[in-house]
Amino acid sequence: MPSACPGAMVHAFLIHNLRAPQAQDTGLCRVLYSCVFGAENSPDDPRPHGAERDRLLRKEQILAVARQVESMCQLQQQASGRTSVDLQLQSSDEPVPLHEAPHGAFRLAAGDPFQEPRTVVWLGVLSLGFVLVLDAHENLLLAESTLRLLARLLLDHLRLLTPSTNLLLRADRIEGILARFLPHGQLLFLNDQFVQGLEKELSASWPR
Amino acid sequence: MFTAGAESLLHQARDIRDEELKKFCSRVVNLLQKDELGPDAVDALQRLFLIVSATKYKRKLEDTCVHLLQATLCSPKCPEQLQLLCASILRETSPRDDLTLSCDHIQSTRQLSLVASVLLAQGDPKGEVRSVGQRVFRILESRQPEGPSPRHLLPVVSKITHLAPHTLHEDQTNQLSKRLVDWLRYASVQQGVAHTSGGFFSTPRARQPGPVTEVDGAVATDFFTVLSTGQHFTEDQWLNVQAFSMLRAWLLHSDPEGPSAPDADDRSELEGSTLSVLSAGSTAGRLLPPRERLREKAFEYCQRLAEQSTRRALRKGDSDLQKACLVEAVLVLDVLCRQDPSFLYRTLSCLKALHARLCGDPARVRTLLPIAQFFLNHGEAAAVDSEAVLRHLLTRTPSEFFHSPMLAFELTCFCRDNLPLFGRNLDILKRSFPNLFKLLAWNSPPLTAEFVALLPSLVDADTAVEVLHALLDLPCLTAALDLQLRLSPATSERPLWDPSLKIPSCLEASRDPQFQGLLQYLLRATASGTTERLGPLHRLLQPLASCARVVQCAQAVPTLLEAFFSAVTQFADGALTKQLALLLLERSDSLFQVPQYEAHVHRVLSSRFLALCALHPSLVVELAKELLEFVGSVSGIQGRGAMLASVVRPASLPAPPLPRRAARRGLRSVPTQVWAIGEYLSVSWDRRCTVEQINRFFEALEAVLFEVTQSRPSAALPRCPPQVVTVLMTTLTKLASRSQDLIPRYGRGRTGKPAGFPWVREWAPDACPVPDVRSAGGRLLASPPRFSSSSPTSWGPRSTCGARLQRTRVPSSSGSLCSCRR
Repeated sequence: MPSACPGAMVHAFLIHNLRAPQAQDTGLCRVLYSCVFGAENSPDDPRPHGAERDRLLRKEQILAVARQVESMCQLQQQASGRTSVDLQLQSSDEPVPLHEAPHGAFRLAAGDPFQEPRTVVWLGVLSLGFVLVLDAHENLLLAESTLRLLARLLLDHLRLLTPSTNLLLRADRIEGILARFLPHGQLLFLNDQFVQGLEKELSASWPR
Repeated sequence: MFTAGAESLLHQARDIRDEELKKFCSRVVNLLQKDELGPDAVDALQRLFLIVSATKYKRKLEDTCVHLLQATLCSPKCPEQLQLLCASILRETSPRDDLTLSCDHIQSTRQLSLVASVLLAQGDPKGEVRSVGQRVFRILESRQPEGPSPRHLLPVVSKITHLAPHTLHEDQTNQLSKRLVDWLRYASVQQGVAHTSGGFFSTPRARQPGPVTEVDGAVATDFFTVLSTGQHFTEDQWLNVQAFSMLRAWLLHSDPEGPSAPDADDRSELEGSTLSVLSAGSTAGRLLPPRERLREKAFEYCQRLAEQSTRRALRKGDSDLQKACLVEAVLVLDVLCRQDPSFLYRTLSCLKALHARLCGDPARVRTLLPIAQFFLNHGEAAAVDSEAVLRHLLTRTPSEFFHSPMLAFELTCFCRDNLPLFGRNLDILKRSFPNLFKLLAWNSPPLTAEFVALLPSLVDADTAVEVLHALLDLPCLTAALDLQLRLSPATSERPLWDPSLKIPSCLEASRDPQFQGLLQYLLRATASGTTERLGPLHRLLQPLASCARVVQCAQAVPTLLEAFFSAVTQFADGALTKQLALLLLERSDSLFQVPQYEAHVHRVLSSRFLALCALHPSLVVELAKELLEFVGSVSGIQGRGAMLASVVRPASLPAPPLPRRAARRGLRSVPTQVWAIGEYLSVSWDRRCTVEQINRFFEALEAVLFEVTQSRPSAALPRCPPQVVTVLMTTLTKLASRSQDLIPRYGRGRTGKPAGFPWVREWAPDACPVPDVRSAGGRLLASPPRFSSSSPTSWGPRSTCGARLQRTRVPSSSGSLCSCRR
């Protein structure tokens, strides 16, 4: 029952690549950026953990999520008859219609891969997947609009659509965006003016 | 975009060797030791982040480097960009045991928040969570008007209470509750002035800031909320946003026990009722303890949000926020009513009005879910029947919005999570299964697991047969929904179906009244209690069978069937089992023709048929007529042959419970109908079994054996799998052992004299142990064997005993036959 869940926050945010369904043999599913908000193991967990093992587990969990998102996205794209062409080729100058981008949600049962049950909300934009891993009973409408907002900000501020810029070497900007719009994994009820205020602050810290 | 360049960069980062990394670290150390940290340092740290984050294995960073990263993070004059990078590198390499980081002397709240993010990523081996919590609270308590803003600290508090709920003391919790009340309810209603600190060009303006406005542009009529807007915001307005964002989690944290907390109930009920009369309640409210006062203010806030969400937002973002706020408001009200039932009556009237308003608003359909949740949680306490709310949600919403992936997901989770709460309304849920299946049929990849969990609650003795038909027709339902969308006026700019698939003939033919009726039946909203033969519809929708969505759905059906049978065998009595077994036989050749679908479904159906027989062994005798017809109708091994004797079970599917005797013999997989006949067509399972029945089955199966081994219309068709032949032979010998008329035939095979089925050897010389006696085969074919059925009921004690004796020899033969295929 939902009331049993003590809190409601975002556990992790990640960006990964989305391969076209036919191109599975070209490259692998790669996590390009991930941020886990706080460690999952509870303080009263008695088992002894090697720090290394904890980190390995965390990375494996994130990759497991990325793989599942990739296959969900591919299945959805196939089902709606959209081929890889829609995913890959788009003029980088046009604004991406995020409201029409493939998106969805699914659940992860407790223990697979996280200790707690989680909900995954994802958004596929061209060849990138943006993902929030949520506590099971988070406000999904808010999570969904936050994810769209984050994707839009990342695309704008990192100019992700131009082939030359490399998201891999822009961790500071991604972190700057997350620190403002998803601080410590807290989903925020930001109206349009608040978003603009934070964006101005962001632009001031990172002159383009 | 993810390009080849990015891929190669990732590879480089992964392939860096320890010595190279060591060199790179000393470069970073040099850069960080400079007085002026420039773009070089930023670039180096960006690369270091990539190196540590690109691999899942540990990267050893030099001690001096780790030390300098911490020092830079905590340095007051370090630019934000570098602080963020230092924090992210330290977090990425967490948990680490060489951290000396502490947040005790950090003044900037933004910096403190970053340091906290590193400390909280350690997993709390040294009590990091508590120490961060205490430091954050000291700052929150200080309340200096010119001091650091708590705005950046509230998310830290949220995270801490989430990670370790008992970190804060009672008085700290009360303290924060008090401040949350101020931020929530008493934020300024004047707009902020243009901010000077962040902007480069901004200069203080002389213009007087106006009042905050509503999302529709009107001047705000009441206190500030997250749906109030303006050009600029004051600090307490920012805190208002933070406070509401963490409100629900905080309410749950500050009173996890709910209404059982001592004396909270009576007092707040008293105060609550006073307040509801006074409505504004500022003087009465002051008397309440912090926790109750926060609840009171939270209630007012939610009511204000409900009112504000009726306004027509000027911006798309605000309109989305209105929906999210409505959901949150209802969730908060739910928490309030659980913690303090005195809120119930005030909340109910508000929610009833809200529900009435939202029912007709398709854009806000998802906000109906938390309202239904509320009525499920509190309907009983408030003596309000949640039936109407649920009925609306389950009968209308899925039909109209099955194509929305988020709604489908939320509604399915809603049903699954609330199963214990449905109570006497469970019947509404059960009867809505055709509607819920639409969500599944359209969105099978993310929802299959949810439905596997949900199915046991949807199935009972009344619905089982209809549910099974619906599951078998699920891919057909997907195709029908596709057709329905194509026929209905466009709802979005992009089509929801696969536009590359053109189906003019389908669209044309679907207007035929004959199909209309069947389509309506398939697309029904609730259980009808009847079953229709959908054969004509299968043919109509055939052009859609190859579309990816239908294929995906078809792939999910075997898993769902397994879940269905696991559930149904828990309660099925003899009559229902017989009905289901009949249905299996009947439906095995009337499935929607999706590639691979029939074969996969046959595997499940056949294994489940055997499981049903194991539960009710007399099934074979009771269904003798139908089974004989079924066996007689098998033509070749291509069609129902797979169903008749499917041996290879996919490893991913759980094996059905084998009959104990079969398991004892070590038979892991068995051809089923035939196996079932051999296993259960015996007087020892059912006294009604007659020798005539046994003889007729023998004849029928012998004919099948002949057909599958001898007739192969074209070389292109695959040969009959040896397992099928094996099982047929085993079954025939078993049957033979139970009928005195048949024993001589069986005996000939065993003693090396003319065997019953020599043509089998011709079919597969290596697999067959019997000698090749062509003349016997010729004779057998020339004149089909005749069995005397003189005394159908003459199974006396002696003959039963004889049959048992015979049967003891069968296992060895069946065992060796089965093992020869491995």
